[in-house]
Amino acid sequence: MLVMILFYAFSAVLIAAALGVITTRNPVYSALCLVLAFFTSACIWILIEAEFLAIVLVLVYVGAVMVLFLFVVMMLDINVEELRSGFTRYAWLGWLTAFVVILELVGVLAARRLGVDATQGTVPVPADYSNTHELGTVLYTQYVYAFELAAVLLLVAIVAAIALTMRRRQGLKVQDISAQVAVRREDRVRLVRIEPEKRP
Amino acid sequence: MQPIFDLLALPVVQTTIWILVVTVSVILAVAFSVLFERKIIGWMQLRKGPNRVGSIFGFWPGVFQAFADVLKLLIKEVVVPAQANKVMFALAPIIALVPALATWAVVPLSPDLVIANIDAGLLYVLALTSTGIYGVIIAGWAANSKYAMLGAMRSAAQMVAYEIAMGFALVGVVMASGSLNLGAIVQQQAGGMLTWNIIWLFPLALVYIISGVAETNRLPFDVAEGESEIVAGFHVEYSGIAFALFFLAEYANMLLISALTAVFFFGGWLSPFDGYLPADNWLARPGFPWLGIKISAFMFFYFWLRATYPRYRYDQIMRLGWKVLIPITLVWIAVEGVMAHFGVGPWRAAG
Amino acid sequence: MPDTQNWWSTIAPAAPEMYLATVICVILLIDVFAGGSRRPRLTGTLTLIALAVGAWVTLEYGSVGGRTPLFGGLYIADPLALVLKLSALLYVAVALLYSRPALARRGTGGEYHVLALTALLGIYVLASAGNLLSLYIGVELLALSLYAMIAFDRESPVSAEAAMKYFVLGSIASGMLLYGISLVYGLTGTLALDEVALRLTAEPSLGMVAGVAFVVVAIAFKFGAVPFHMWVPDVYHGAPTTVTLFLSTAPKFAYFALAYRLLSQGLDGISPTWTQMLAIIGVLSLIVGNVFAIAQANLKRMLAYSAIANVGFILLGFTTGTAAGYSAALYYTIVYVLATLGAFGVILLASRRGFEADELEDYKGLQARDPMLALWMMMMMFSTAGVPPFVGFWAKLAIFEALWQVGAVWLIVIGALAAVVGAFYYIRVVKLMYFDDAPSAPRGEASGALRLVLGVNALATLALGVVPASLFDLCKAVLG
Repeated sequence: MLVMILFYAFSAVLIAAALGVITTRNPVYSALCLVLAFFTSACIWILIEAEFLAIVLVLVYVGAVMVLFLFVVMMLDINVEELRSGFTRYAWLGWLTAFVVILELVGVLAARRLGVDATQGTVPVPADYSNTHELGTVLYTQYVYAFELAAVLLLVAIVAAIALTMRRRQGLKVQDISAQVAVRREDRVRLVRIEPEKRP
Repeated sequence: MQPIFDLLALPVVQTTIWILVVTVSVILAVAFSVLFERKIIGWMQLRKGPNRVGSIFGFWPGVFQAFADVLKLLIKEVVVPAQANKVMFALAPIIALVPALATWAVVPLSPDLVIANIDAGLLYVLALTSTGIYGVIIAGWAANSKYAMLGAMRSAAQMVAYEIAMGFALVGVVMASGSLNLGAIVQQQAGGMLTWNIIWLFPLALVYIISGVAETNRLPFDVAEGESEIVAGFHVEYSGIAFALFFLAEYANMLLISALTAVFFFGGWLSPFDGYLPADNWLARPGFPWLGIKISAFMFFYFWLRATYPRYRYDQIMRLGWKVLIPITLVWIAVEGVMAHFGVGPWRAAG
Repeated sequence: MPDTQNWWSTIAPAAPEMYLATVICVILLIDVFAGGSRRPRLTGTLTLIALAVGAWVTLEYGSVGGRTPLFGGLYIADPLALVLKLSALLYVAVALLYSRPALARRGTGGEYHVLALTALLGIYVLASAGNLLSLYIGVELLALSLYAMIAFDRESPVSAEAAMKYFVLGSIASGMLLYGISLVYGLTGTLALDEVALRLTAEPSLGMVAGVAFVVVAIAFKFGAVPFHMWVPDVYHGAPTTVTLFLSTAPKFAYFALAYRLLSQGLDGISPTWTQMLAIIGVLSLIVGNVFAIAQANLKRMLAYSAIANVGFILLGFTTGTAAGYSAALYYTIVYVLATLGAFGVILLASRRGFEADELEDYKGLQARDPMLALWMMMMMFSTAGVPPFVGFWAKLAIFEALWQVGAVWLIVIGALAAVVGAFYYIRVVKLMYFDDAPSAPRGEASGALRLVLGVNALATLALGVVPASLFDLCKAVLG
């Protein structure tokens, strides 16, 4: 009962936030609505006891990706009018896509009524079940090969991004911190003994 | 009377009461931390610190300074800049404060007191602390002020950078304890001072503490505020109670980081004499007082840093985070892997 | 402590991949701390050494008698994987060797070599993929490395355009592949290719046909076959020649593995669906590639269209759906890539600072200026054209023979006609070099050692042509 109330509450917020992402004129509001949408979906996932995925969604998307996204959106002066110029022209495509998606969703929901239940009914897990533990077990045993390769894939992305964007400007003055630290008094100060002048 | 006791026995009601108790305690602790800080810095600089407001039977002059400050902030006007984004401007302090308080839910305060004993507690901590940054960013953006914006940008970049080092340091903790549950992490360190994680994970503890200082935007990493450069950074336009909320969030975060450092590396609510003294000795008994002492020690460390070091330059902060702290954690995680393989350190029992 | 000996023996055949991944990290670190501007050639040298050791590791650990699944079937070690890996490794090493002077001239950073190694790792993963998941990760690993390599020359707008085109079209191809894979997965309920093969129904459902179509489109995209060839000429032309050389050689083995693992192993049960699609794509590639190649004035562009045409032949090998066809396709791939390697090698060695040597004009009278390079280039051209006794002839013959066995006479006729048209523009290059007057173009500045390697490359096309049996028997054996 409580779960159902929570589910509908979160769903309402999620839908409102998702609508906000595409309807607000201010790109910063859009980004913030997206953050809210992520957060609410995480809450819904917790309701179905997928706590690991939920927390990771918050950690990765809300905590890191969207922060950088917001960073960029705030820095850029985006001309919303310009972005909207083609809106009416391509609107039919959007309507078409939306229509197809709705049709598919209805199809999925209706499938059970028609007797084609693809999920076969889910089996509830015992109370001490930790899906963090289960995911870890699968990831590091059965799929360890794919997991490691995915890590290499990310490494390639980093290397490529840095190689393609980092510019070493000529004549840039940078500090060599280890050299600064290693400096001794003798390198900088020379003690000169000056004989006091004699009064003539 | 009976119906009231029945009501109190409900888990929902009990949890709510505990949440209130912990929240109010944290807020009170913040009030006294402020006093503590001003006194300590005063002593370090051969001053008396606040000594005017109240005293208890002639002792501790200035003990109620923080309450006076809060009262002052409460009755001051909250000035909203004309060009500011009003809704976001009002929302930002609350967004900053909520994660700082909500994270306390999973912190084990004593062997049997933790509001939410969840398995993925550590992930929850990481997730919530990473959302705290939104308060800062939104505050900086909504104020429509250049200084505030600069502060927010600095803060965002800094927190994202140090979160990575922090996360990696915690990976080492998870490796040592084999659990994401904070209570289990404390439990695994039982057996006296020498089995605390600080011994085997010393570099990670160091990284965690430094990152914690950076995450809370405290000196010497407080470029987000940087009075001498950008006035007060992201909260330059805030006044009155709105400012007080940011202040509260910052100190609640400091207390939180102190508590987490104690939990992850210093045995949380465990006694340091556990295992050296007989188990029934009062000094060896685990409990909240030990955690309280540890938190106070780390708070002192924060203030000590503030009184000692000048502010870092921004590019140096970034360099430290990306090029020093992250490699250290990576190397130590590898070392830990080797230790685990050969059954050295916390793994000797399991090996 | 776990039983180390036993544990190692269960994953030992994957040692080449582990070795590569480790060596990538090590070279990356050495490049950061000891290479860079201080010792610009260090990373290149280390990479070549690493590849030499890699060849040994691949041979030592990758040689398993039969088909050995590892990591729960994500990884398959078999003789085919070994042959593909060794060929790819050899071609990557030679390509990097040819590129050395050009890379040093442009001051390319050490990341280039690291990306080449990650691309090779992608090829390795594809060659041993036993699961749709590892297949896709391999494709992405290779593609991501190639995108970055093509864009490596940041100053050149042509290069940036090529990278952008390859990136956008490559992403679409990846999306297609993923969509096809998801359909196959949805309809069979498994990601393991062996399981997919078992669960296929004899009469494919509509969804399965759609899935196969998407997969075939993705493979054609990756190979650069008509009608998904739009990127090939622009990318070959726009990318720095070192990258074109890389792109046109070793990745072909990865795409061969992609096609073979996915179609011939996973979807073998419904081969009629995809052989028809491949036949159409192959024939179109043969026609379009050869006809358009005639009109090109730029040698790199001409070789791009030649690549399209040759991919047509490889796909024709697949259309047979028989082991003989696959082994002919493998043989063709090895042989064609050998000649392409040499041809781009000549372009690289003929170039010098400020002179790319990529226009056909630049090769007029090469014989008078640089008889050795001209001779090597002639051998490459003859081999690609399929002139006996060069090995290219036997490769085409093998494809025709496989087609004959399944009775696809019309494909043989089109293939033969296309080969005749193709011979025209290959031999035109020879004519330009030997019978036209020499403008005073400068000589390439390559060292004698590299010319020697190129000579070995050229002589290999001849030697393999004189004794074609051993390589062909190997191809037959690994696919038998």
